[in-house]
Amino acid sequence: MAEENEMQLQDMEALDQLMPMNLHVSETGHITHAGPTVQKIFGDASLEGMRFLEVFEVRRPGGVNSVTALQKATGRVLHLTFRHDPAGRFKALAVGAGDGKDLIVNMSFGISVIEAVQNYNLTSADFEPTNLAVEMLFLVEAKTAVLDELRQLNGRLEGARVVAEAQATTDMLTGLGNRRGMDLKLADLMERNERFGLMHIDLDYFKDVNDTLGHAAGDHVLKIVAKILRDETREGDMVARAGGDEFVLLFPRLTNTERLNDIAHRIIAKLEQPIEFEGETCRISGSVGTTVSDFYKSPTAERMLADADVALYASKHKGRAQATVWSEHLAAATQAEMANAPPSRETRH
Amino acid sequence: MHGLINRSIQCFTRDTYGEQVWAQVMERADTGYVGFEAMLSYEDDVSYQVLDALALVLSRTRQEVMEDIGTYLVSHEKIGAVRRLLRFSGVTFADFLHSLDELHERVRLAVPELIVPQLTLKEHASGRFSLHSAWEHPDFGYVVMGLLRGMADDYGALVFMDHQGVTKYGEVISIEVVEADFAEGRSFMLGSDAEAAHG
Repeated sequence: MAEENEMQLQDMEALDQLMPMNLHVSETGHITHAGPTVQKIFGDASLEGMRFLEVFEVRRPGGVNSVTALQKATGRVLHLTFRHDPAGRFKALAVGAGDGKDLIVNMSFGISVIEAVQNYNLTSADFEPTNLAVEMLFLVEAKTAVLDELRQLNGRLEGARVVAEAQATTDMLTGLGNRRGMDLKLADLMERNERFGLMHIDLDYFKDVNDTLGHAAGDHVLKIVAKILRDETREGDMVARAGGDEFVLLFPRLTNTERLNDIAHRIIAKLEQPIEFEGETCRISGSVGTTVSDFYKSPTAERMLADADVALYASKHKGRAQATVWSEHLAAATQAEMANAPPSRETRH
Repeated sequence: MHGLINRSIQCFTRDTYGEQVWAQVMERADTGYVGFEAMLSYEDDVSYQVLDALALVLSRTRQEVMEDIGTYLVSHEKIGAVRRLLRFSGVTFADFLHSLDELHERVRLAVPELIVPQLTLKEHASGRFSLHSAWEHPDFGYVVMGLLRGMADDYGALVFMDHQGVTKYGEVISIEVVEADFAEGRSFMLGSDAEAAHG
């Protein structure tokens, strides 16, 4: 009778082809046969003759620590690990064979197949051809390659975004902020209810430089002006080129008009120093109009820019190279004057 | 066409002929791009404009250039991924050839938006095959042929191949595997780390 139950060698080979990770476990709990792949990953020592539960720990379901318990766990998913190597994790299914007391256990790597292939140097010959492990590895490789490309793409796009953002708020000639950069900074100051001073500077005689010495000279002068403005302001101040020869300076937390006027005069003095360009001397100056957020109950960007403009106009009117701080009185005077004689100065925006 | 295709042309040109040639090609192609991103999509014409410009710059035919691109894709050290992914399909070169029928689906599994020629292999006699490459875009059979040449080297097989022109089933490539183990092929391990460690 026992002979009839014993598997023929031929059947065994067929089983190894179908399931290279199968194990036969006898009634006594000894391994009587091991498929080629499970033997390969176990190592040089032959599995045959070892006790199944001494080779493997059954982590789930719990309580499977005897042959009897193992026999009762047939038909359920078993989670096994090698006792000698906890990294060896498997899913397994045990079914009764022969008279029902022998077991055939088929194992798989489950989700740890990727590590297993690397750890145990497996090849596709170690998997039965119908196993999807190779397809899974293919997918993992493909996913890794694609993710890698996407990561690089993201890096390049982020770099481009940062550059574009900087360019969008920067005046390319002078490296100062541009109109948009100034608007953003102003909006930011307003939003945070921060006290600040606003200075509007218009270059005097700049048009003469452009007309007589050309645009290259003009550009050179603008770059020098940018340097002067940066030198005379603090790190956190905003210096923007708001138009051709117009500049707006924002001074966060500085609303002392005396100090602002000092800065304005220092700037004017520096602007009046002759600028050399290709053997020619360029002479310019600047007019300044200033206002501070403290002047207003609820300051707006439009109002403050307009008032700085009024103050600037007053400076021009006083004969240029002047600095003026806005006041209610100044506003009234300007309005009256404008009513009498419209300014010849170009319309500004 | 998928950015991966244009990106391949770009990498091929830069890695084989240098940055300057690529700049020259892009200037001549006049596509409005200076380079391509692998994971974006581009108009179909762009690829051919670039390929034609490249052929012109190199004084070769577009077909020759496309064949070289195919070989580059599986043989250049910088892009091991394509070779590795193709090697998953078969243990021998013949296995690999038979798996080409699945290539379309495999590629779609990896990058759903990437469309490549539909390949159909016919075995006429032992070691003699013809491969049909069907796609709306012409001449990509040459890329396939170059790719097969690269893979034959990879497997160490001695193979003769010839582009037979176009039929209603697409471009036809005749393949004759003269010797499956002609030379020592490159080693291939399923686990990529293992392969790196073993050189």
